[in-house]
Amino acid sequence: MLRVIVRRLLQLVVTLIALSALIFIWLRNLPGGPVDALLGERATPETRALLTKALGYDQPIYVQYGKFMQRILTGDFGNSIRTGDPVIEVIGRAFPATFELALAAMIIAVGLGIPLGYLAARWRGRALDHLTVVGTLLGISIPIFFLGYLLKDVFTQNIHWFPPSGRVGIGLDNTNVTGFFVLDGLLTREFDAAADALWHLILPALTLATIPLAVIVRMTRASVLDVLNEDYVRTAEAKGLRHRTIRGRHILRNALLPVVTTIGLQTGALLSGAVLTEKVYNWGGLGTLITDSITGSRDYPVLQALILLAALVFVVVNLLVDLSYAFIDPRVRVR
Amino acid sequence: MQARRLRTAVAIAAVTALAVGAAGCAESERDGDSGEAKTGGTFIFAGAGDPKNFDPIFNDDGESFRPIRQMFDTLVTHKPGTADLTGGLAESWEHDASGKVWTFKLRQGVKFHDGTPMNAAAVCYNFDRWYNMKGAAAQANMIYYMDTFGGFAKNEAEGAGESIYDKCEAKDDNTAVLSLKKYKGAFPGAFALTSLSIASPEALKKYDADTVTQNGDSFAYSAFANEHPVGTGPFTFGGWDKAKGEITLNRNPDYWGDKAKVDKLIIKIIKDENTRKQELRAGTVHGIDFPAPADRKALADEGFQVLDRPAFNILYLGINQKNPKLKDLRVRQAIAYALNRQQLVQTKGPGGSKVADEFLPDTVLGYAPDVQKYEYNPDKAKQLLKEAGAENLTLNFYYPPDVTRPYMPNPQEIFTILANDLQAVGIKVNGVPRPWNGGFKDDVQTFGKHDLHILGWTGDYNDPGNFVGTFFGRGKAEFGDQAMTEMFDAITKADATVDEAGKKAAWEQVNRDIASKWLPAVPVWHAPPAIVVTKDVQGLLASPLTDERFNTVSVKQ
Repeated sequence: MLRVIVRRLLQLVVTLIALSALIFIWLRNLPGGPVDALLGERATPETRALLTKALGYDQPIYVQYGKFMQRILTGDFGNSIRTGDPVIEVIGRAFPATFELALAAMIIAVGLGIPLGYLAARWRGRALDHLTVVGTLLGISIPIFFLGYLLKDVFTQNIHWFPPSGRVGIGLDNTNVTGFFVLDGLLTREFDAAADALWHLILPALTLATIPLAVIVRMTRASVLDVLNEDYVRTAEAKGLRHRTIRGRHILRNALLPVVTTIGLQTGALLSGAVLTEKVYNWGGLGTLITDSITGSRDYPVLQALILLAALVFVVVNLLVDLSYAFIDPRVRVR
Repeated sequence: MQARRLRTAVAIAAVTALAVGAAGCAESERDGDSGEAKTGGTFIFAGAGDPKNFDPIFNDDGESFRPIRQMFDTLVTHKPGTADLTGGLAESWEHDASGKVWTFKLRQGVKFHDGTPMNAAAVCYNFDRWYNMKGAAAQANMIYYMDTFGGFAKNEAEGAGESIYDKCEAKDDNTAVLSLKKYKGAFPGAFALTSLSIASPEALKKYDADTVTQNGDSFAYSAFANEHPVGTGPFTFGGWDKAKGEITLNRNPDYWGDKAKVDKLIIKIIKDENTRKQELRAGTVHGIDFPAPADRKALADEGFQVLDRPAFNILYLGINQKNPKLKDLRVRQAIAYALNRQQLVQTKGPGGSKVADEFLPDTVLGYAPDVQKYEYNPDKAKQLLKEAGAENLTLNFYYPPDVTRPYMPNPQEIFTILANDLQAVGIKVNGVPRPWNGGFKDDVQTFGKHDLHILGWTGDYNDPGNFVGTFFGRGKAEFGDQAMTEMFDAITKADATVDEAGKKAAWEQVNRDIASKWLPAVPVWHAPPAIVVTKDVQGLLASPLTDERFNTVSVKQ
């Protein structure tokens, strides 16, 4: 197992180096750039030359890349072009927002998805099953940004149940400990702040949860249906085992294997969903950071670090999923 | 089993109660009491982006300037709601006959937020600081300083010119004398630039303000710029919570001018335009900037105050004379006659827009009421094209469909209408949509690939050079890099005229000649950008230069 992990980590390093070179060259060859984005209409040849020199864009690209890698190896991702803050700090500030949102979405998706999928399979052909199938189709087909704006319009503009955007109320004097605002409120016993953060979290989390929820329901349903037809389930029933035991030990445990894979993949996909959800709800997480870095000031340092981070998350999550197979099903050996 | 179910039910109920409770609290906060405007409370304005930092000299964009303007003052400022100059930290100012020596009589008794006195020595410290700024990183961020003073004691970049700054002397506590190496037409208007705000010398030193470091391909700014900006303005810095995207400023009880009516000012950063609007409707913010033209009427109908800023901008149709056909003045005039700008203003212009006959608003010195005007006349356009032998003209018309600008809220629609007008007189138009950043600006302003394009400008200060000089003061790829020596010389001469009457006459003549002799572009419209506030907000004066100071604002509590 240890050898597998070490090998995978080495693969990860090679992947990240190749990716870093690709991103670096791609970003610098895009038309336009931070110099014009920063100067706007006020660019003159003098100011453009000054800024180009100051940012080091007048050097050959391999020199720029060499310096970039040198800094990265010391853990220095540079500073944001827009605010001048260290990139690590900028990402560190945005990360809890996205993690909180993704976690809430995943809790909703898994918490509702597995039971719903299981029940739909057990009661196949009945009303709940039909409803689930239609519901999941709808969940998968509705674009997130549309659903986000729809929910926002209904619940924040028409019936005012939820706030339109942000993570906490404007001007709320809450203590920031970990950056996870709900958790911070609980840790510091500022329960009004925790409630406020939770209230702000509900709509974005529901929006982001839609696709993983639908996928998990469908996968669970299909997987449970497969398992239900297995001989060992029939044998267990014939033996007169309690339903609870059959459900937990024989059906769900076996049916969950592909579901866990799906959950792993969906966790990665949540990042892309978060870009749209965060945009709609002004969430201030990594998704917002990515779009702002591309469309706003062409914040290369932030963008580079974010893409590398996203790749890292994908690879690590997939590794964890592989390892979790062995935990759920001892017959599986990770190679 | 029962107990577990009960626990689950209680947990769900608690979470729901927490959320609903919070909703109730927020709702009650929003409702508030109705009543007359009074002092105190919080004014919340939605910003559209992060400020870069709060050191005025290192900034050049509206999102950074909005909070900076509340914390800092300039020597000269604008009368609220106008582009006219009035005293800021200087009660009065004058220049000598050469226009090179400026004497500022400063207000007495003004203090910076840190309690140190604002006096002539402090003013000169700021001028000296700017001039002596070291390092490419710092100089690269001083865009407006470069624009007005031209260079530094030691320029870090090749191509930068010699600075016009000579020295600044504190004659006495309240008299600062600024000496320039040569006259600059931009002054005194440019003294009102937010970038040239006066900061506390003590704080600048204490918080290492000049240290701008280059790290890789970006910059890091000082503690002064990020955490301790100290000026003389009506609000003091409270904090910038970057995780929440909120800048908090507190009322300065010792402000020398009209003290702020609200206790606290929060600038909430909401980058999505639609979300800003929704927050306004939800009552969680009191004001938003630059509403889309399509939303203006709806917002006004819903009871919001849509305040039009007097237009201080220009949209123009640029003509690239790199195309030999467009070198012929008659062809350029034909293009001007072909455009039904009045109809464009009526159908697509934001409320209050008006057709532009010149490249500067009529509030700016040098605006000439008697320039040659190009009323819509398609027959005349056809005739001029025929005379010039350009009847089968085909032109590449570049436009940026992906941005909105205060002067250009809907580029796609503007292009469509202008292109239709041109087609109607027989000019074949190839529309070339290019993304603003990474396409349009490069192709038009650097490479000059286009024949026609739409672009514009919002003025920085009240001076004709800031409009006409910016566009036509030297050769630019945008207009074909032509050596239009006569035009360049006339502009340079007008800009260098010291005497006020002479300067006015010179600029008026430049504007007449631009319209009749040179016509490097066709002015299209002046469009007033709006600022929107809830009906509970009083006292906000919309500024043509977006120079709104929120000390006059009160919110019904």
